[in-house]
Amino acid sequence: MDLSFKALRRSYENGKSVASVLEPLQAAQKENRHNAFITLNAVDYPDFDPSKKLSGIPIALKDNIVTKGIRTTAASKMLSNFIPPYDATVVTKLKNAGALLVGKNNLDEFAMGSSNENSAFGKVLNAHDSAYVPGGSSGGSATAVAANLCAAALGSDTGGSIRQPANYSGVVGLKPTYGRVSRYGLIAFASSLDQIGPLSHKVEDAATLLEVISGYDKNDMTSAKKEVPKFAKFCEQGVEGMRVGVPQEYFDIDVDNPHLSKGVEETIRASIVALEKAGAIIEKVSLPHTSYAVATYYLIATAESSSNLSRFDGVRFGHRSSSAQTLDELYQKSRSEGFGEEVKRRIMLGTYVLSAGFYDAYYRKAQRVRTLITRDFEEVFQEVDMLLTPVTPSPAFRFGEKSEDPLQMYLEDIFTISCNLAGLPGMSIPFGESEAGLPIGVQLLSPWWEEGRLFQAGRQLELSRGVE
Amino acid sequence: MSMQDWEIVIGCEVHCQLDTQTKIFSGAPTTFGMEANTQVASVDLGLPGVLPVLNEKVIGFAIKAGLALECTINQVNEFARKNYFYPDLPKGYQISQAELPICEHGKLDFFLNGQSKRVGITRIHMEEDAGKSSHLSGKPISLVDLNRAGTPLVEIVSEPDMGSADEVVAYLKELRAIVLYLGICDGNMEEGSFRCDANVSVRKRGAELGTRCELKNINSFKFIKDAINYEAFRQVELIEAGGLVRQETRLYNPDRGITFTMRTKEEAHDYRYFPDPDLPSIVISDEELEAIRKELPELPAEKRERYQSSFSLSVYDSEVLAADKHVAQYFETSIDAFSKTPKITANWIINEVLRETKASDVGHFTITPTRLAGLIALLDDKTINGKIAKTVFEKMLTTAASAEEIVSAEGLRQVSDSGAIESVVDRLIEENPDKVEQYRAKPKMLGWFVGQVMKAMKGKANPAIVNDILVKKLNEEPK
Repeated sequence: MDLSFKALRRSYENGKSVASVLEPLQAAQKENRHNAFITLNAVDYPDFDPSKKLSGIPIALKDNIVTKGIRTTAASKMLSNFIPPYDATVVTKLKNAGALLVGKNNLDEFAMGSSNENSAFGKVLNAHDSAYVPGGSSGGSATAVAANLCAAALGSDTGGSIRQPANYSGVVGLKPTYGRVSRYGLIAFASSLDQIGPLSHKVEDAATLLEVISGYDKNDMTSAKKEVPKFAKFCEQGVEGMRVGVPQEYFDIDVDNPHLSKGVEETIRASIVALEKAGAIIEKVSLPHTSYAVATYYLIATAESSSNLSRFDGVRFGHRSSSAQTLDELYQKSRSEGFGEEVKRRIMLGTYVLSAGFYDAYYRKAQRVRTLITRDFEEVFQEVDMLLTPVTPSPAFRFGEKSEDPLQMYLEDIFTISCNLAGLPGMSIPFGESEAGLPIGVQLLSPWWEEGRLFQAGRQLELSRGVE
Repeated sequence: MSMQDWEIVIGCEVHCQLDTQTKIFSGAPTTFGMEANTQVASVDLGLPGVLPVLNEKVIGFAIKAGLALECTINQVNEFARKNYFYPDLPKGYQISQAELPICEHGKLDFFLNGQSKRVGITRIHMEEDAGKSSHLSGKPISLVDLNRAGTPLVEIVSEPDMGSADEVVAYLKELRAIVLYLGICDGNMEEGSFRCDANVSVRKRGAELGTRCELKNINSFKFIKDAINYEAFRQVELIEAGGLVRQETRLYNPDRGITFTMRTKEEAHDYRYFPDPDLPSIVISDEELEAIRKELPELPAEKRERYQSSFSLSVYDSEVLAADKHVAQYFETSIDAFSKTPKITANWIINEVLRETKASDVGHFTITPTRLAGLIALLDDKTINGKIAKTVFEKMLTTAASAEEIVSAEGLRQVSDSGAIESVVDRLIEENPDKVEQYRAKPKMLGWFVGQVMKAMKGKANPAIVNDILVKKLNEEPK
């Protein structure tokens, strides 16, 4: 069944009922074969309303986006019984646009992970081959789309958490410009990096969703007072004359970095050819500070998360240890019991990074490098209109392959992280396949607030693969 | 041991709750004294996913404090997170300012015993208040009230420029007057709107700075004075006995009059300050700054100066009148209504009005400044004398009538008719030849005659005329 927004709308316009579309999906959601959902919402079947952009469109939400009256867990034991008293701004916007919010997707606990193996609710399976990880942290969202359990999903991207699972699962994943989408109601991982964005079957659907969820929000001081363009229009504009940069540092990777797999390299080459054919001009460019991105990211993201996660203390909500005798024990036991291994690792790392005597060497220095990385992009976007890069060095890996070695896992983010550090928009679009038949995507990065270009080039890549 | 050989060095950190309608990062009201946990929005609870939204009023208030204390205003400044765990701190961090506070490098001049004194202001920063914990005695239960959580504060940090508890109290009184004048804080120490931490150390005269102890959360001027004096004495005693002062945070127990350890330096938190990524830097334009500067009212120091130069008041009088904004307002309104004798008006306010009402309540005093001016006008044109004026003042406390109406109704007009006075004096001399005799030996007896005349005339006689006539008649040769 074609679950693209256009196809769904066409069937509703032809008289199909919302119930007839939704019922089979709900059956499959209930079966939850890939463990992509933590909670399914009770959905009633409204009549199709043509005045609403997303009327009757079934959309899933990563379970770190709070929903009023619906349990929101962030895939953590800490919040396994947490029922928020309010809706995230994106949720309100989706509801107003007529979307059907079908359920809450599994993820790496508090969005910390690249394989969706760190969930208190169990791992998520890759929709293409259940021996493989779906990617993370928005693994449940990517899988829910890839397995045709919903038309689209919202995820969150802090260092690649939308684009990487989209890449592993063969769907479109977009991380908007920092400040484009309100973070109000997103359970924070790293506030200066987090951004909510869509995962979808088609580029156009990502554009439509972005249009709906974007805009200044008085509840989020980091959201920008920027006009929201009609993003879907960009899908029809092609790439004629567009200058596309290919950063050399993403290919000449050094000893610290894993090599590009054959499939990934071939996919990139093919996408270059496709864009050139469509009239784009390909240029080699340089982003000299690329090799510092992973280290910089893991200092800043962990520092912010160590503070963001302090509110989970067992005092007001969330898990409280039943065996604590003193106040210190209340904190220690509630947090030790409530958080998983990876979350604890990052809290400890972040606490260390901010500690007296280490702040200058780690946090402050990382902020300086972050500025240099941002400057790299400012300079490169003087020369080109957008960038084309791999999303990850390799396609999806098998369960357990990297979970024993956190560093190897962190290096999965090497191509997606710089984008968050600089606050840029980026998109992952399926374009190839590995020898094992797993999907491989490419990443497009554009200047701040120029998501439209991503839709132009993304749609062009779809067209060249014969996607309707 | 002699305190004479020692110098006390004190710096203060004052927390002022800002008098805004709503909290610093949420729309919840800041009303004091409401039922626990009712003045709370989801932001104040630190619910997952909520974000702080700055109440712009707070910036204006903090800048006013900075300008009044002659600080440099940092037109780009940022909020930082101060991380620690406590049940009344919902987010596990307090939003404050660290490296880039809104105001720095100011000073405050004030008078103590007629001497002028200057204290440097290191910085003023904005932050949110925590909630309130109460621990039920004898029970393993602690209660948390988050009504106060998120109430805006400015913390005003001074240089260690004070050398005695009296200086600290004078500094705090002046500071409190200023925030009240600015209308940014209600100054209520009991309710915790204005609270002081004092860093106290001692050293031999001229020696290097000693190790300091921080005395936390003292909520009255008296306790501040007692706590500092006790703490300085404790440190001197300790050092003279060969001990060392440990750097620590101490609390004051007013019942026992002592300070005691709250936590040692080793137990001190590492607050892991870092810029709050949820809040963009605050940028203040030149125009905004100028607009706020123009809103600044006349401050106590300026008022004292003006009262002395324009009204020829004494240093003491101008200090008392300017110390409280309401008293100054009362004085100035009264002068506006009757401007001939400001010194007399000042005396009446200081001696009579402030005996009847608290300075802060003077705005609601039954005898309004205009009514008082009416009374002083009657004094000035000699319609009544000073003694009768006090009687009229007493009566004004219980009626709404003007001084003039009371004087007319009760026939209290002063008698200056010398004929009437003379006849009383003549009778008195006739009836008391013995006293007249005594007077001749002891002229001090005049007072007794004055008293008798006044008594006979129900206090209404013009005392100057009484005096003149008495002296003249008593000194006449007996007939």
